[in-house]
This record gives sequence, structure tokens and C-alpha cells, in this order.
Amino acid sequence: MRSATRLIFMGTMVMAASTAAAAPPSIITQGKGAAIACASCHGVDGAGNAQAGFPVLAQLPPAHFAKQIADFKAGTRTHPIMTPIAMAMSAEDIESSARHYASQARPKSEATTVDPAVIARGKNLAINGAWDRHVPPCFKCHAVDGLGVAPAFPPIAGQHAAYTVSQLQAWKTGARTNDPQKLMKTVAENLTDDDIHSVAGYLATLGTREKGNE
Amino acid sequence: MNKPIGYVLCALALGGIVGGCGKPPPPPETTEAAPAATAPVAVAVDPARFTPPAESEIPKNEFGEAVLLGKNIFVNTQQYAKGFVGNGMNCANCHLDNGRKADSAPLWAAYVLYPAYRQKTGQIDTIQSRIQGCFLYSMNGKPPALDSKEMTALVTYHYWLAKGAPTGVKLPGQGYLKVPKPAQKPEIARGRNVYENNCAICHGANGEGIKARGEYAFPPLWGKDSFNWGAGMHRVDTAAGFIQANMPYGLGGTLSDQEAWDVALFMNSHERPQDPRFSGSVAQTRDKHHDENCLYGRTPEELAASLEKQAEAGTAAEKTKPAPEQLEGYSPAISH
Repeated sequence: MRSATRLIFMGTMVMAASTAAAAPPSIITQGKGAAIACASCHGVDGAGNAQAGFPVLAQLPPAHFAKQIADFKAGTRTHPIMTPIAMAMSAEDIESSARHYASQARPKSEATTVDPAVIARGKNLAINGAWDRHVPPCFKCHAVDGLGVAPAFPPIAGQHAAYTVSQLQAWKTGARTNDPQKLMKTVAENLTDDDIHSVAGYLATLGTREKGNE
Repeated sequence: MNKPIGYVLCALALGGIVGGCGKPPPPPETTEAAPAATAPVAVAVDPARFTPPAESEIPKNEFGEAVLLGKNIFVNTQQYAKGFVGNGMNCANCHLDNGRKADSAPLWAAYVLYPAYRQKTGQIDTIQSRIQGCFLYSMNGKPPALDSKEMTALVTYHYWLAKGAPTGVKLPGQGYLKVPKPAQKPEIARGRNVYENNCAICHGANGEGIKARGEYAFPPLWGKDSFNWGAGMHRVDTAAGFIQANMPYGLGGTLSDQEAWDVALFMNSHERPQDPRFSGSVAQTRDKHHDENCLYGRTPEELAASLEKQAEAGTAAEKTKPAPEQLEGYSPAISH
């Protein structure tokens, strides 16, 4: 009797410990109702998918993450797949998934097949900008390492190129409008298509950071 | 030491606003468009402007190495000139685009104006002693010696950026924009509103800047890690000029004259490190060194009164009159 109680007690402890340490919330692994599991597109580790253009979510500041879901819910950001998922997420789902993804390491940088001259052009834009065209460097707001400045400026280093291109184009055309103070819209409007592809290509080559969003 | 300057000013300002000390509301008629209606509009770029050489043109030799070191010190002063900096700032925080951007006190325009007599120092300053002033005030630090490695590198970077520029000529884009006096007296309460809507996202709710991974990603605008009471940026007119031309990033030129003045007043009404020239009392230091457009030892009301006096002297002519500081051998930034 005594040993059985002890066994149950220990089992409970192990479960509690693993939940606290690593187990991702069920919204990520199982989904809920109309919300398919986050992991099916973004991975449990938040690495996304380069080919499909599903974005990296690892180390997004939780407040930024939560704002995006809230904007999908409110219709101020729209996406055919994400909008219905966001509608089905509860406050707890948002909080737990935001916290989980913020704690994941950024993915390893990708080997790129993009022309080195294009990458160099993108690097110059990211670091120096093109002030004569009213384009500040990406890294002025997203930090010198491109890994973001919480809470409002998300990491962009290591983001999949296809996703970065799609979002810059969306701001440029007005399809995406949920940036604070039109900061991204204004920059995107002053970028050429060449700029967008170069800078997205460069950002995708950038390295990683250890786990944990401060 | 000498802490309370800004707090006193703040308390006075808040007293004026919150306490309602009988100040009448602003006049209803204004010539400015409603601030909320301002849409991002690109600032026209004068094609006649001087263009510094591209970074890719830095020579691959000993000279080029000094240019690069100078650029590194300029961009990341915290790391490359750590011992000379006493706050959280980098040179490039106020001289945007690594010291290249017109209307952001570009280095190429500064370089060709020295040596010059400056009212602030009461002497002929060389570009070196001028740069020492930046370290003393804007960086709240200890200036590098005239013959130090850091100074040599910084001057080399200035010189290289000014390649081909005429000496002794005030080039278009030099210094900061002069923003015309606004329709209404600059007011801290309106400035706070401008700040919250445009600036706080990067500089923090309390002007403290925002750090990422231990370093300032956005600089502090007041408080112990910001520029001190002797820096040019503590002047309300200078700050208004910098802000209107350059802030927020990518949105330069979108704040109205009124908004630029209001938010500059708000920013400069806060506590910051003491003027290193402090001697005796705030009043004595003010009388000796702060005969200018600033809140050092002054209430906003006192500053507004002095502004009004200046405005009476000539409002309409203000924008177009030739700058008196074009006198040969005089620094255009008289007391910056």
C-alpha cells in the first residue's frame, strides 16, 4: 500500500515536471475544433516550412504573437487558413502557444541557392538601408542581429524567404495593414521587388540563437 | 549630484497642466492641419545635395583601415570607444545613416566647416575639439585625446566622407532642419500625446529606450543613460529639427511643425545628466551657459515667453531670411 502510493506520487511528479519543462500545449499538437494543430504547419519547434512559406514562430515575443492572433480574430489581418484557426483559439490557447513558441530556439540557417550578389545586395539593405529612398535599415528596428526588439519588433533573421517576400508584398499592396503606426507599410512602399527578394534572401541565411526569448 | 533639474521642471510643468494654474486654453484658430490627419509624405530630396562616397569605395590600405575604424567607432561607440562614453548612446543615434544623412548633422558637412569660432566654447574649434564636445555632452563621457587612436580614426572617417566637398561652405543638409515657429506655443501636454502616438513604441513609455540582449536597440531620450544638459539635442529647436526630418524611422517629414516643437519640448522637459559645466547653482549655470532655446533652469512658461519675444521680432521672415551664421569662420550651429 505504502509503495503503491509512493509510485503514484512519483508518477505524478514526473508528469508535472515534464509538463513544466517541455510538453507543448495541446493547441499546438492536437488543435481544437476548427483550429488545426499549430504544429502541422509551424512545427512543434516553431521552425515553419521554407518551401511552403509557413513562417518561423520560434522566439516571437509573446505580445507580438498574441497581437497577430487578435488581429486575425478582428479581421485586421486576414489569411484563408489562419483566420478560422485564430477564431477558434481561446485566450488560454493564445497565451500557452505564445509562451511555447517564444521559448523555442530559432532554426538553423538554411543553405541558400540564391546568387551571392543578390544576397550581398540584401545584406546592404538590411544593415545600411537606402535612406535616400526613405528606407531605413531593417536592423535599425529589428536589432543589429535581426533577432527583434520585444515587444513590438519581431525577429526577422532566419525567417523563410518566401514568407518575408509575401509579407513585404502584402504591406506594399495594402493587403496587410496591422503594423503599428504604418511603420512597415511605409518602408515596404519604398522597396522595389528586387529589394524585397534580395533582403528576404539575405535574412533567410542568418544564423540562430539559443533557446529563450528574454 | 545635481539631480533635480529635470524633476523640478517636470513638477512645474505638471503643476501647470494638472493643477490648472489659470493658464487659458490654446486659441481655437490654428493654421496647422489636424495632427491626426497627417499622412506619410516623403520629404523632397534636393538633387543638388552633396553625396559622400559609397562605403564600397573605402580604399583597401592603411588609410582605409582608419576610415573603417572611424566608422565602427561612430556606429558602435559603446563597443569601440567604450572608455570615452558615459551613457547608452552611439554617435549614429543622432547622425543617421552612419553620419551620411542630410538634415541629420552629416559628417561631410561638418568636416568642411572647421576650424571655426564657436560661441559655445569661445574659441576656434578644430574638427577634433568639436568632436571632443560631442563626447563631453552628447555622449556624457570623457573626450578622447586629440592625438588618440580613436580621434584620429574619427577624423579620418569625417575626412573621407567629405571627399570632393568644398571647404568653408555651408552645404545643403548641414546640421539639422530649422523648423518654423509653430502657430501655438509649444506645450508639454500636447507633446506627451505626440510622444505616446509616435515615439513610445521604440523609445519606451518613459523615454528609457529599449534594450535587446543587453544593448540599447533604441536609445534612451532622457534619464541617466541619455545625453546631458550640455548636448545640442537638449535645445528644443535643435531637437524639433532632428525629429521632424528624421523620426520615426521611414516617416521623416510626417510630423507637423507644431507636433515637432511640442514633442521636442516634452522630451527635453525631463531629467538627464547634469551639464558638465555646472558651477555654483542651476541658476548660475543657466545664466552663464544656457542663453538658448532650452529648459535648463527654466519653466516651460518662461521658455514660451522668450520664444514669443523672438517670434515678435520676425515671424514671416523667419523661414526665408539668410542665416546670419553664414559669416565666414563662424560655426553655423552657434551654440550647439
